Amino acid sequence: MSESATLPAPPRFRHLGLTGYAGFLVVAALVVSSLAATAPAPDKLVNGLARLFAPSGLFTQMFPPDFSRIGPISWKLLETLQMAVAGCFLGLIFALPFAILATDRLSPHPVVRTAARAVIALFRTVPDLVWAIIFIIIVGLGPAAGVLAIMVDKIGFAGRFFAEAMEETDPGPQDALRAIGASRLGIIGSAVLPACLPSFTATSLFALEKSVRGSAALGLVGAGGIGVDLKVAFDLFNYDEAFAIILLMLALVVAVEQGSGWIRRKLI
Amino acid sequence: MNAPVSPVRAEAGSTLVEPVLTVSGLTKSFGTAEVLRGLDFALAPGQSTALIGANGSGKSTLLRCLVRLVEPTSGRVRMLGQEVGALSPRALRRFRARVGIVWQKHNLVPRMSALSNVIHGAQARMAGPQVWGQALAPAPVRAEAMACLARVGLADRALARVDSLSGGQSQRVAIARMLMQRPEFILADEPDASLDPQTGQEVMELLLGLVRQDGLSLLVISHRLEHTLAFSDRILGLAQGRIALDQPTREASVPALRRFFDHEAAA
Repeated sequence: MSESATLPAPPRFRHLGLTGYAGFLVVAALVVSSLAATAPAPDKLVNGLARLFAPSGLFTQMFPPDFSRIGPISWKLLETLQMAVAGCFLGLIFALPFAILATDRLSPHPVVRTAARAVIALFRTVPDLVWAIIFIIIVGLGPAAGVLAIMVDKIGFAGRFFAEAMEETDPGPQDALRAIGASRLGIIGSAVLPACLPSFTATSLFALEKSVRGSAALGLVGAGGIGVDLKVAFDLFNYDEAFAIILLMLALVVAVEQGSGWIRRKLI
Repeated sequence: MNAPVSPVRAEAGSTLVEPVLTVSGLTKSFGTAEVLRGLDFALAPGQSTALIGANGSGKSTLLRCLVRLVEPTSGRVRMLGQEVGALSPRALRRFRARVGIVWQKHNLVPRMSALSNVIHGAQARMAGPQVWGQALAPAPVRAEAMACLARVGLADRALARVDSLSGGQSQRVAIARMLMQRPEFILADEPDASLDPQTGQEVMELLLGLVRQDGLSLLVISHRLEHTLAFSDRILGLAQGRIALDQPTREASVPALRRFFDHEAAA
């Protein structure tokens, strides 16, 4: 019998200890208090759902969906897709330098690295609707504000994942090129980026999907795209037309997700 | 620090020559752990020197200190006529371009072709995207890289991804990348460690060929006694961070060498 066979089986759980139990209690208290303070009462929920399906309720009035304005809605849908593609493209382009500056091994100085991480965190933390309002003030109503809002949001999203991918690459090839005398840019271009390509591709495609979903909502604050039509339909109680818009948005999002999934499977 | 170096006897029994590498009083500490404790030695050009020692004796740290991939704590390194410790960052890059390093783990860029990895060696003297890979490299660079691959016997695998190559082939690509660098001095950190005995022998023969045919200088960390004896002109033995053995290979006694090899000492 081998020596390893005589070893005792490891315990299923490590003993938590006082700190572990205290931490567990804090998390449990947070979850319970959050549910108590914010979760809906079951009776309210049931009554509300019943109102939705009443003869004069929202869902009842949505059926059947009204596709009579499918032409103008389709153009707006195309504008939404264009906003998403343009904003995502710009966001990914600018995310790369931010991510490089935020990566331990590639950043030229710890202060630069901290600043880059702070900018990425800020861009990620502020909701894209808030960015849209800010850019509407700067460039006015319309898709340009939406593109800029998506761009900033994507710098935050992709910047973080790009930086994490670069942190996780094998340092060996980079050390080898550094030992050759390669420049920092040379190391990034010939060792870091090729190694990160699968991860960057996956992140970029997720960013595009996120952009398409987000760009539909940006119109609600006047930043262009199909969201404007959706808001107007609700404001005018044209719930059947609103439902048609929602279905077309769903079709667009599903198409983009399927397309990006196909590309991901082919490339990675 | 910058005092001129007078010619020294670089190898016992040799004629007086200007050393290609002079190490004086080199120390390296990591916190309170003193890894290198005042090393002094000089190497003559055009020779193969084996650096041996048990695990943790400081061999790899010494190699990295020579090109300041690890900064020495104190002491002096003069290599290829330059005071390494006094080099500015830009000058250090130019200096490193003259020193080829062969790594135990090969350290090739995965997902890229053998040819692209070899082209990376040109970053020692060229900058910009033209030396980031085969797609952007100018024809002369690609031709030189192909010649380097041919030299290590892998011209027919130029377009293969390096993560599809065997360990021995990967190490050959790494050596071709080092040749692309046009080095004057080779540092090799257990280049045969992860290879089977036959392939390891072929890699060592390849490195020794560069010494004999091209006149390059080689300092190789060796973990195999038979390779130490077969592929070196001189042996430096490290023990507890100090040079404990320094003699021509032809004068080395096998029993005296065994204590520098963990597995040999244990046998």
